[in-house]
Amino acid sequence: MAYTEEELKKELETKEYEYGFYTDIESDTLPKGLNEDIVIAISKKKEEPEWMTEWRLEAFRAWKEMEEPEWANVTYEKPDFQNISYYSAPNKKPKYNSLDEVDPELLETFKKLGISVDEQKKLAGVAVDIVMDSVSVATTFKKTLAEKGIIFCSISEAIQEHPELVKKYLGTVVPKKDNFYAALNSAVFSDGSFCYIPKGVRCPMELSTYFRINQAGTGQFERTLVIAEEGSYVSYLEGCTAPMRDENQLHAAVVELIALDNAEIKYSTVQNWYPGNNEGKGGVFNFVTKRGLCEKNAKISWTQVETGSAVTWKYPSCVLKGDNSIGEFYSIAVTNNFQQADTGTKMIHLGKNTKSTIISKGISAGQSQNSYRGLVQVNSRAENARNFSQCDSLLMGNRCGAHTFPYIEAKNKTAQIEHEATTSKIGEDQIFYCNQRGIDTEKAIALIVNGFSKEVLNKLPMEFAVEAQKLLEISLEGSVG
Amino acid sequence: MLEIKNLHASVEDKEILKGINLKVNAGEVHAIMGPNGSGKSTLAEVIAGQEEFEVGEGNILLEGEDLEELSPEERAHKGVFLSFQYPVEIPGVSVTNFMKTAINESRKAQGLEDMPASEMLKKIREKSEMLEIDRKFLSRSLNEGFSGGEKKRNEIFQMAMMEPKLAILDETDSGLDIDALRIVANGVNKLRSKDNAIIVITHYQRLLEYIIPDFVHVLYNGKIVKSGTKELALELEEKGYDWLKEEAAV
Repeated sequence: MAYTEEELKKELETKEYEYGFYTDIESDTLPKGLNEDIVIAISKKKEEPEWMTEWRLEAFRAWKEMEEPEWANVTYEKPDFQNISYYSAPNKKPKYNSLDEVDPELLETFKKLGISVDEQKKLAGVAVDIVMDSVSVATTFKKTLAEKGIIFCSISEAIQEHPELVKKYLGTVVPKKDNFYAALNSAVFSDGSFCYIPKGVRCPMELSTYFRINQAGTGQFERTLVIAEEGSYVSYLEGCTAPMRDENQLHAAVVELIALDNAEIKYSTVQNWYPGNNEGKGGVFNFVTKRGLCEKNAKISWTQVETGSAVTWKYPSCVLKGDNSIGEFYSIAVTNNFQQADTGTKMIHLGKNTKSTIISKGISAGQSQNSYRGLVQVNSRAENARNFSQCDSLLMGNRCGAHTFPYIEAKNKTAQIEHEATTSKIGEDQIFYCNQRGIDTEKAIALIVNGFSKEVLNKLPMEFAVEAQKLLEISLEGSVG
Repeated sequence: MLEIKNLHASVEDKEILKGINLKVNAGEVHAIMGPNGSGKSTLAEVIAGQEEFEVGEGNILLEGEDLEELSPEERAHKGVFLSFQYPVEIPGVSVTNFMKTAINESRKAQGLEDMPASEMLKKIREKSEMLEIDRKFLSRSLNEGFSGGEKKRNEIFQMAMMEPKLAILDETDSGLDIDALRIVANGVNKLRSKDNAIIVITHYQRLLEYIIPDFVHVLYNGKIVKSGTKELALELEEKGYDWLKEEAAV
């Protein structure tokens, strides 16, 4: 997409975060370890109906028999699953009384991202006194959504208020026995979000704005379910550009998207969990299962910017079940220092005339390892399926690694599958050119990286794209020189 | 504006500049000519601060300030501009975006706020019209897929945008057809003022018919072997460099 004057104008405007609201949940923590009693206790704490408890228990029993996968191109010390507390509601009490008590490095990053002071406080866990504004904003949103019949709430609330929908769709795209982490999530998921767009409704706003801050408390096993009824449309934003410091080392989320006939779901993620320090100590393990199901003429588009976590294991996928359905995956994965990312997608073509596009941009710096892993599968009945994949890697320095693992399985000879891959390094002549124009090396790299990632950044909703650009800059700071 | 005293520079122990002396006053245009491999481009890059070269003896002073300790970007902030002989490609970064970044980085270094978008757009419009650049061109990725002529025109566009004190044009004429050459030269002439100085590096007299220099220097084997007025360029055109080589060898 060409860079227009209009975009320039927009970009030059400074964007303020919108306020969110904060849900108070009573704080308490279950003892460490995992067994059936714990699963039942979690379900009870959330006052879930019996069918839900039973569902969790089934998942738990399956998980017990499963083994942690080892095929990914990452090495890490496996978590001790019996040494984790599986239910810890967000603490109501603020961690700090004022911003002065917060790690100055974290504040510096907030500043660079242009995050408002109020939001800085919320993200860092500082007591916030301004509530009125945010509540009213949230209320306005809720009202607008309700008028259209859109349901947007926490998954816990949905289990209480809309059990028929949850029962019908939960686990239909990512079955509870799908994989080790998905099974674990199914057994113990703490909270997450639920979104339902009725038939023919176009959701009038990006679903994120008030949700974003609230999300700080969703805990380590997040569960998201998005249902777009026939002919509906929704754009959903997950995550936050602000660095998320979290004491929970293991994160295993599950996201399920269901796009019924002629529906479209656009799902954008910016992930910036704590990656560990520059010596590779600490950091979050992010093992996520994301999958969407497309019925006839439906479209699901995943866009992700992954800059955080010590270890990332994540493959947002599309099951193109309906004829003429479309799946898209646009990804930027940045690894620096000792980060490891094994990420990509799966496009499963089942229906006729199904199309998928994969654009993956991997940027590796420091001593990090960045892998793209993607599967394009064309079923025997999927006549005229098409896929285009492009995997570009950008390397900075001599100690990092970029890897590409494309898997292609075509069982129908009408399939058209294209795969392109490039690997490049940032050249010293490019840096000098920028330097000569007054752009220092750090900024030059940011510029080159942003250019490299442009195709994907352009897929993000505007407000997210600007933040994501800044995030790329920050993630690669100190990676040269 | 610029004063170079006994400048020596080498790369990988090979000395390329062997004692350059040059004084360029504000308002002047100097041409540096010379055969291939005489050190013209090296001189340009050393002034711009390319770290690949080891500067031994000598100094480069810009408005009396020694540039030695300054990084390339700091020199740029002080008003040094180099129009590259071989401009590099930066995929995905539009000309507009690149210029916006460059200008705002320089402004930041001078303690100024970012240039307001409206002013930026006005400037872009003005300068692109001056150089007869199609607006669509400005949204293309920097130098990616540009023809030789487009790259050079783009360099001069950047010069116009950045309004440097000292501009060094390294073989800006190479790759230009006669029409493009005229447009670029006209652009450069419009940018000439009593407050800035321009150094034009070229092989050929052709460019100097359009950008008329106040002084012409011949660089040979890392030294300025002859200086004169614009007539020297004509003489070179006629006689070639060999007579100077012989003179230098004496």
